[in-house]
Amino acid sequence: MKYMLLINAGSVDESGGAADCDVQDWLAYDKEVKDAGIQVSGEQLADLVTATAVRVDENGKRTVTDGPFAETREVLGGFYVIDVPDLDAALDWAARCPGARGTGSVVVRPVAEFEG
Amino acid sequence: MDERTAGGGLPEEPPVTSVESVFREEHGRLLAALVRRFGDLDLAEEVTSEAIEAALERWPADGVPPRPGAWLMTTARRKAVDRLRRDQTFATRLAVLQVEAERAEPAPAAEVAGELPDERLQLFFTCAHPALPAEDRGALMLRCLAGLATPEVARAFLVPPATMAKRIVRAKKKIHQARIPFRVPDAGELPQRLPGVLQAVYSIFTEGYTASSGPDLQRIDLAEEAIRLARILRGLLPRQREVTGLLGLMLLIHARRHARTGPDGELVLLEEQDRGRWDRTMIEEGLRLMPVALTGGPPGPYGVQAAIAALHDEAADLASTDWPQVVALYDVLLALDPSPVVALNRAAAVAMRDGPEAGLALLEELSGEPRLRGYSPYPTARADLLSRLGRNAEAAAAYREAIELAGTEPERAHLRRRLAALDQPGS
Repeated sequence: MKYMLLINAGSVDESGGAADCDVQDWLAYDKEVKDAGIQVSGEQLADLVTATAVRVDENGKRTVTDGPFAETREVLGGFYVIDVPDLDAALDWAARCPGARGTGSVVVRPVAEFEG
Repeated sequence: MDERTAGGGLPEEPPVTSVESVFREEHGRLLAALVRRFGDLDLAEEVTSEAIEAALERWPADGVPPRPGAWLMTTARRKAVDRLRRDQTFATRLAVLQVEAERAEPAPAAEVAGELPDERLQLFFTCAHPALPAEDRGALMLRCLAGLATPEVARAFLVPPATMAKRIVRAKKKIHQARIPFRVPDAGELPQRLPGVLQAVYSIFTEGYTASSGPDLQRIDLAEEAIRLARILRGLLPRQREVTGLLGLMLLIHARRHARTGPDGELVLLEEQDRGRWDRTMIEEGLRLMPVALTGGPPGPYGVQAAIAALHDEAADLASTDWPQVVALYDVLLALDPSPVVALNRAAAVAMRDGPEAGLALLEELSGEPRLRGYSPYPTARADLLSRLGRNAEAAAAYREAIELAGTEPERAHLRRRLAALDQPGS
């Protein structure tokens, strides 16, 4: 069963990077996930200041804007997709993620499966 | 129909027929074993009801079989396999299941001997999984473990049946799609996960003890369902002292049920209750559980609350209650659970030990607590202490506030009587 771990930073510093995160912790966690053989995919997103939004209206006109920037406090900083037996296992991995600490959170979403 | 479908608050229960008692006893066990085997709560529920329907047709004519649980299990399992065979989308899963079933097939030997494996503990933890909304956990337990139909669960929590049906569907969808596992947490996780299970059982009880809304103060049927669930849980986890503590607590409180309402269903407070109407058998059972709940390690919140309830139940009247001991227990409880509601109860006990002035001072300290805003017991406690101090105008204002906030008519009626009594000289 595949689960996506959405890593949300609780606060962002001036350059748009996640605050209070230790690089060493991330490297260690990333290694653990890979060594456990459960990683399907995963990426760290570049700083929030680099984000660009595209919207297309009903006439097909495209609008490109800078952002979106955080009026919301939670900022998606990266994700993992892991393959583990059940929700409890996914929650265990989410709890070990450095992004779950402090003001951050990790949201666990099952990836939809279609039977048949 | 049994007492669940009768109006809430009836003290007499019609005797259950043997067939009904078998269903009530077996429903949770059957469902749990089927979820275990087929990994699908919906399927397990459907075939459980079908097996019970089949039994309702057959047993009155053929008699109740010698091992009714095993009969129901065999019937339900056959129905599940038939259903999976018919259902194309399940074909591949069935193949896997059959392989697994063959590997694990020694199990039916135990069933033949009449002992069904008891997998209800897994179901308790599934229903109370922290990934489910807290408000749905008790509902799922009533549905899956107590075997109540969805409209009955809706009635229990006083929501429209359609709303409850939606909530149950949503919860089951999450169990299925997010794959909430059907398992007992290991020893390391148990201390973290068990409180959620106990909380769900206790929330069923408290809804029965003082309904949050509706015409009746008490829902005796619901309180008894919670006690029944706690008994099952205690049978499955005999060494968890908080399970014993919770069962003891509920028995010691429920023992007062007949004295808690007057002839017209009105609320009767502890100090005015006819203690002769308390259920001595239930009190004795609760008291017997106390040593188990309170010894062998630091006590948990349910054990401590049970000990407080025991002190009330043992006292001949309000004045001879061991108030210093009650306050001491509230100190312990407050350390375990530093919530404003516990602090409020402790203040009331301090008022009994040291006088209304002391209690009122503690209540004033709690006046800024957001969790007590909109909580009718807070202004009620203030009003009672103010009236004992003769500060009637302030007491009246507090009673009026409490009347606004009270959830049921019997509570409001009681508060109106207290308010009216203020005007009489000498009160």
